[in-house]
Amino acid sequence: MTKSPLAASRRAFLGLAAGGAALTLGSAPARAARVKTSARIVILGAGAAGTAMANRLVTSLEGAQITLIDARAEHLYQPGFTLIAAGLKPASYSVSRTADWLPREATLIAEAAAGIDPEARMVTTDKGQKVPYDFLIVATGLALDWAAVQGFSLDLIGKEGIGAHYAGPAAAEATWRAMDAFAEKGGVALFGRPATEMKCAGAPLKIAFLTEDHATRKGTRSKVEIHYLAPQKALFSVPIVAEKVRMLFGERGIAAHYEHTLKAIDPGARIATYATPQGEVQMGYDYINVIPPMRAPDAVRNSPLPWADKWTDQGWVEVDQKTLRHLRYPQIFAVGDVAGVPKGKTAASVKWQVPVAEAHLIAAIQGREATETYDGYTSCPLITRVGRAMLVEFDYHDNLTPSFPGIIAPLEELWISWLMKEVALKATYNAMLRGKA
Amino acid sequence: MQELTLETLLAVFEEIFGFWLFWGMVAAALAVTALFVYVLIRDHRLEARTLVRAELFAPVGAVAAIVFVFFMTSSGLRDMGGPIDVIMLLGIGAAGAVGLTILAYTVQALVNPPRR
Repeated sequence: MTKSPLAASRRAFLGLAAGGAALTLGSAPARAARVKTSARIVILGAGAAGTAMANRLVTSLEGAQITLIDARAEHLYQPGFTLIAAGLKPASYSVSRTADWLPREATLIAEAAAGIDPEARMVTTDKGQKVPYDFLIVATGLALDWAAVQGFSLDLIGKEGIGAHYAGPAAAEATWRAMDAFAEKGGVALFGRPATEMKCAGAPLKIAFLTEDHATRKGTRSKVEIHYLAPQKALFSVPIVAEKVRMLFGERGIAAHYEHTLKAIDPGARIATYATPQGEVQMGYDYINVIPPMRAPDAVRNSPLPWADKWTDQGWVEVDQKTLRHLRYPQIFAVGDVAGVPKGKTAASVKWQVPVAEAHLIAAIQGREATETYDGYTSCPLITRVGRAMLVEFDYHDNLTPSFPGIIAPLEELWISWLMKEVALKATYNAMLRGKA
Repeated sequence: MQELTLETLLAVFEEIFGFWLFWGMVAAALAVTALFVYVLIRDHRLEARTLVRAELFAPVGAVAAIVFVFFMTSSGLRDMGGPIDVIMLLGIGAAGAVGLTILAYTVQALVNPPRR
């Protein structure tokens, strides 16, 4: 018998197996030795940033006393809210248990932080417990100021043509029902964003696009009129992205209004009132998606930590935008939504901020300076319809920072970007929570 | 993406499918590959007739893989937005085709070894 050119041999097989094993073993990253310390590290908030930080610190530090303070038993995967509000996922998609993500080595105090005293280096909880710290990580997230929209209340979500998917997974599901009922009947839909800094500035745009898409698929697009009202003079903070969205709105027949800030709604009469430079403007609606102003939680706003001369109505923590370290209290860091940095109140920002803050914290414990910096990276898979998204990534300087330059175009509506949002994003988020991404 | 190491990638895949399903699929893929290599070594060649029969399954594998991905991600052919999407789609199809061909070849060769 003659051997064919494709013939394999046992030796080749063994060589292949050995090579595979070597590849697997060789690629395990060399772990730096754990830093020994007895520092008391308190993390305010066990959301995305707090949990990721806790999981990283227990692997990089040995002997540290790590305490998280958070009253909420549920962990919310917030990037999923848009998918729930589009009817693609159930409310349970975004809900897990806070305690399940936390490392065994850390202690969770299931109470809310009520006061922060950076001089005494002490946090007080709402139940009066005093927790002293050597280092403090502020990762409280932000508070949604629903009361700032007169006439709105949370129990209206899903009724009277009112949606508000920022309010939580159940509210996102109720928003979907209201949006679906609106798309069935037709009429005027109003979307928009608040004048304050906000988490995921792409989400208001996504939900407007998704509503348009839903009506189109239902065959009721001709009965539907969609308006997007922005308090700013542009649709997005990054000019090149704002222009692209403006063009897409044009193509999709979504009317853009600038310098309109939602002040009040009258649910009975279905009228929304907006503040504009020309005075108050009223618009009737059949469906409205309410996204309220966002501010730091009271415990942070009422502490000495916020900026004194920036965002004074919002209270974000005064940190160096490159290191996330407090500018007046060097033993304090802020990561995630509550950090007083321009842009980037997203999970993607958290993913990049946490390792930088961690590096500076560890350097401080060791009495040296770290060199790691954060340049404002954030990412927004801007869904433009079910099945397509733009993978928009940018930094503090309004530069686009594509992860896959030349392969995945940031300003193109692509299926692959949708796949990432649908399949890979939650997985990457979970890996981040575990301190592995 | 900040640092895409093999460890990060494995962590992400574990999260997508769950630990046991992911490593179960990896184990299944490795087992099929190992069996395929085994029959190659045993027979000292690719059996042409078996291979041609196995290749009949390639289009089935390609279509099945694409339909599976569309179903899992609430999307469809109309969502192809650029060249990378088509490349991705072809890649998924190719993976399905090659996977099912190898599986079909291996099963045939094991069940019905070629006569010497």
